[in-house]
Amino acid sequence: MWGNFSEQFYLNFIQDDRWKYFVNGLKVTLIITLFAVLLGVVIGLIVGVIRSTYEKTHKLKILNFLCSIYLTVIRGTPVVVQLMIIYYIIFANARNKIPIAILAFGINSGAYVAEIFRSGIMSIDQGQLEAGRSLGFNYRQTMWYIVMPQAFKNVLPALCNEFIALLKETSVSGYIALQDLTKAGDIVRSRTFSPFMPLMAVAAIYLVCVVILTQGVKILERRLRQSER
Amino acid sequence: MSADGKALIEVKHLGKSFGSIQVLKDINVDIHEGDVVFVVGPSGSGKSTFLRCLNRLEEPTEGNIFFEGVDIVDKKTDIDRHRQKMGMVFQQFNLFPHMTILKNLTIAPMKLQGKSRQEAEATALELLDRVGLKDRADAYPSQLSGGQKQRIAIVRALCMKPEVMLFDEPTSALDPEMVGEVLNVMRELAKEKMTMVVVTHEMGFAREIATRVMFMDGGNFIEEAPPEEFFTNPKNERLKAFLGKVL
Ligand SMILES: Nc1ncnc2c1ncn2[C@@H]1O[C@H](COP(=O)(O)OP(=O)(O)O)[C@@H](O)[C@H]1O
Ligand SMILES: [Mg+2]
Repeated sequence: MWGNFSEQFYLNFIQDDRWKYFVNGLKVTLIITLFAVLLGVVIGLIVGVIRSTYEKTHKLKILNFLCSIYLTVIRGTPVVVQLMIIYYIIFANARNKIPIAILAFGINSGAYVAEIFRSGIMSIDQGQLEAGRSLGFNYRQTMWYIVMPQAFKNVLPALCNEFIALLKETSVSGYIALQDLTKAGDIVRSRTFSPFMPLMAVAAIYLVCVVILTQGVKILERRLRQSER
Repeated sequence: MSADGKALIEVKHLGKSFGSIQVLKDINVDIHEGDVVFVVGPSGSGKSTFLRCLNRLEEPTEGNIFFEGVDIVDKKTDIDRHRQKMGMVFQQFNLFPHMTILKNLTIAPMKLQGKSRQEAEATALELLDRVGLKDRADAYPSQLSGGQKQRIAIVRALCMKPEVMLFDEPTSALDPEMVGEVLNVMRELAKEKMTMVVVTHEMGFAREIATRVMFMDGGNFIEEAPPEEFFTNPKNERLKAFLGKVL
């Protein structure tokens, strides 16, 4: 058993420097996730502000309508299909796949982040908006100085959870032949013809990342709660 | 009354409906500089709506409101600029919880009136000192009692150097032992001839500092008089019934 184990370990990780597949795959996964979340936050912030402004003031009717189409389409279709549409149709086999993946996952994530921001903004007491307006701030200034900082603080844990969810979702990047972590495990499996080790390694690496990030979110939540007193 | 005899705020045929429900009907009021106008009446009669129309937190559906001669109901009027001169104090304080007290007090003068930090802080600290809260400048609102919060909320409005202060039941959310400290601040303001419009259930206080008391019922003012007369010699039957209940 142990002889077999070390043999397998050697075959899947050491021989031909196969461990590099996993390291590089993780790198790709993290890069895609990080930048997709940043893009998602930008999109989500804009869409969330438009949606909440419409709910509060009934202004921005047309933009709100466009946003709700975006939300319906993105949340109503699988992310892997969106990824392939962007890669194979919109950018018809572009060379550099990482930006394509970032774009696809960012657009996808933006829809979920938008709802996080929208509900975060709506959860801030109307009295805050009225206090700001009564001092003479216009709507935009009141949002910027008074409502958004409070909303952002409230949604920070949810944003981190979105990051964690996206980390796992990027595992479909292989559909456009991107060598992310999952694909790396698959490549090694196809070379060594032994599925156990590479797939377990891939699962373990995701798990470790998620557990670390989840702990980080917990610490963050505790800090935020303390700062409220 | 101001020198030229013109009112600071002139309300003309003000009406307000929420959908099909008419809450305010044909209100006509003049408020002069130095007036301390108290608005009393049963709950749901439209007092808050009236007050909130004065700085257009509620959009009037009929009539005009002239503030310093400018019709602020007119959509073309830059309401944000006029609101800077109309301080408002809310029942629920509405301090900004993510800012220190000092920041609560200085953000509007700095961002809206172009005051430097030093200038804004000097004003804020001086006013804080007058309400006895100078030592809480670096605290956050959640560290203060209700009475302290409301005194800060008043100071926040005063930091903009307003022409008029609007109060919507400023003591209704307070524990009884904290009402006095807030009324003291308002009493000082009245002494300094600040123009004030106050919605309240504190009848004794109205009698003490008001220059005029107005009774609202069913969306209109149905009696108005100097405080002594208002409380000792009410004419309208509904006012008599109301005073019978609250005094
Ligand atoms: N935003 C609103 N939408 C619909 N009805 C409202 C709204 N605000 C107030 N009202 C109604 O207007 C009436 C007057 O309310 P308000 O001015 O708050 O009375 P008061 O301050 O005298 O208690 C009440 O019947 C209330 O239900
Ligand atoms: Mg009210």
